[in-house]
Amino acid sequence: MMNPAMIEFEHLNKWYGSYHALRDINLQIDKGERVIICGPSGSGKSTLLRCVNALERFESGSLRVNGITLNDDLRSIQKVRQSAGMVFQQFNLFPHLSVLENLTLAPQQVKKIPMEQAQELALTQLRRVKIEEHAHKYPAQLSGGQQQRVAIARALCMEPEILLFDEPTSALDPEMVQEVLDVMIELASQGTTMVCVTHEMGFAKRVSSRIVFMDQGQIMEEASPEDFFLRPQHQRTKEFLAKLLDH
Amino acid sequence: MNDLPQAPAAYVRLQSIPAQPAPLKAWSLRTTLNFASRTLRLQPLQSALSLILLALVILLGNKAMQWAVLEAVFVPDEALCQAARGVGACWGVLAEKYKLILWGRYPFEEQWRPCLSVALILAALLWSSSAKNWQASKRSWLLCIWVFTGLSFELLMSGGLFGLDLGWGLRHVESELWGGLALTLLLSLLSIMLATPLGILLALARTSKMPLLRSVSITYIEVVRGVPLISVLFMASFLLPLLLPSQKSPDVLLRVLVGITLFSSAYTAEVVRAGLLSVDPGHIEAAQSLGLGYWRTQRHVVLPQALSFVTPGLVNNFISIFKDTSLVTIVSLYELTGAMGLALNGDPIWRPFKLEGYAFIGLIYFCFCFAMSFMSQKLQHAQRHFT
Repeated sequence: MMNPAMIEFEHLNKWYGSYHALRDINLQIDKGERVIICGPSGSGKSTLLRCVNALERFESGSLRVNGITLNDDLRSIQKVRQSAGMVFQQFNLFPHLSVLENLTLAPQQVKKIPMEQAQELALTQLRRVKIEEHAHKYPAQLSGGQQQRVAIARALCMEPEILLFDEPTSALDPEMVQEVLDVMIELASQGTTMVCVTHEMGFAKRVSSRIVFMDQGQIMEEASPEDFFLRPQHQRTKEFLAKLLDH
Repeated sequence: MNDLPQAPAAYVRLQSIPAQPAPLKAWSLRTTLNFASRTLRLQPLQSALSLILLALVILLGNKAMQWAVLEAVFVPDEALCQAARGVGACWGVLAEKYKLILWGRYPFEEQWRPCLSVALILAALLWSSSAKNWQASKRSWLLCIWVFTGLSFELLMSGGLFGLDLGWGLRHVESELWGGLALTLLLSLLSIMLATPLGILLALARTSKMPLLRSVSITYIEVVRGVPLISVLFMASFLLPLLLPSQKSPDVLLRVLVGITLFSSAYTAEVVRAGLLSVDPGHIEAAQSLGLGYWRTQRHVVLPQALSFVTPGLVNNFISIFKDTSLVTIVSLYELTGAMGLALNGDPIWRPFKLEGYAFIGLIYFCFCFAMSFMSQKLQHAQRHFT
């Protein structure tokens, strides 16, 4: 049996004013897939990811997430956001709440889970990202890597079907990148459906089931990791990889 | 590092340094003198200025001391006070008039009622000033206490509850007769409590994506801010009854309260808006991506941060409201300032001693404003872990 499709883009177009940010995007991501989106900056990868969580609107085409068609209806947006958890480049933890409160806020408010249960759930997820000893600290008391792991745990607390990562390691000091990647690798090995915008090619090679290369708002190439790194088809992909290897 | 030439150390200490006595306490006389002499030696120009200032302070302080204490008359004796005019203060006037100043036109023999009301309010304020009592588990207590305080205030001051005589033997006192400190506290507390939520809603409307809502809010804020409070109060108390069709218009106290609340909500809105704009948009996106809707995002993510960013501005606003209540005198409500005027103007013997009266109510205003300012600092200190 085919895995059900979790995300389906069909002829999706997005403009920022007169700037054509996403051009005729067609992409299907199935349950259990781990898709890496890469490409030069300004190529529309983050915009694509943000569309999935209804943080960006699109002008034409259609987008289905977990079987729900996204439109302007607030209920569809709410449902989609509950099935897709997002991890941001800047962590975006709520600075006025403790780690535990950051994690229990949405389960309590959105899913109406009672306090004790929400806290239990939160502690379970904190253990998963190996940070439960900091449950009562405030975000400002944690390092960047720890904050990002908390942010991942916060997304997990809503028990989403899909996890979206928007350059999760780009704002981190180099020595903290690995602790976050380790958590993501762990999640990938547990069969979580993941879509990740990243420049970490080592990580991409290791965990991804598919790599999507974007340039100028278009999907240029979709390939398995081996094909992508060893046998890139498109000229732009080759240039992009060559630049990455230079560094 | 290792291939740098190793220069022989010029000096190596072989014994440990004996322990020094602990530094002097921050506020001892010796440190002060020490500091003063060091400053004098180091910065001649600044020191000269300091000395001039110091001389001025001593001179004026001496004069003030002479007037307020040394030459002052502390007994309500008219002849003594007249003799001391221009030389010393006549605090006797306060002993004579303090009841009228504190409670205004409230019937003399019933003055224990506003006195008790004010005591209740102060107790409730004291309870609310402790951070412990704002914890989630104790918030229902807080609400109970304020509801109780509000009802007791109404019961004590008017003698009934919202026009209903409970038959407890308390004489009915019209709200026009309420005055002095009780009225000042009532007006300022209620208008602060009402203007803050209203101001928050206006600020949210002004920053909302809905154009109609936004322009309504902008218009309201700009119009209200562009008008002096006196004219708002005047309109609220004289124009409103003319416009309203019913014979029985709401009483003057209520009209004035609405006036002050509407007026200060516009200022509050602008302060809150500054806070809303300084919240990281990323936090709002994070809340949205977790499935929180608009109101929950505002309630749990945006407002807690926004309000703590603008705590000093908000408290500044509260202080303004507190002192602005003194303007209600123009519509014949005698709160603290008005009552003071009433107490002294009406009495030819004590009329010349208004300065002492102003000093007295000034001190009362200062105590409340300073308490607010102190609370503001306490709040900012409590929020420091995330700002």
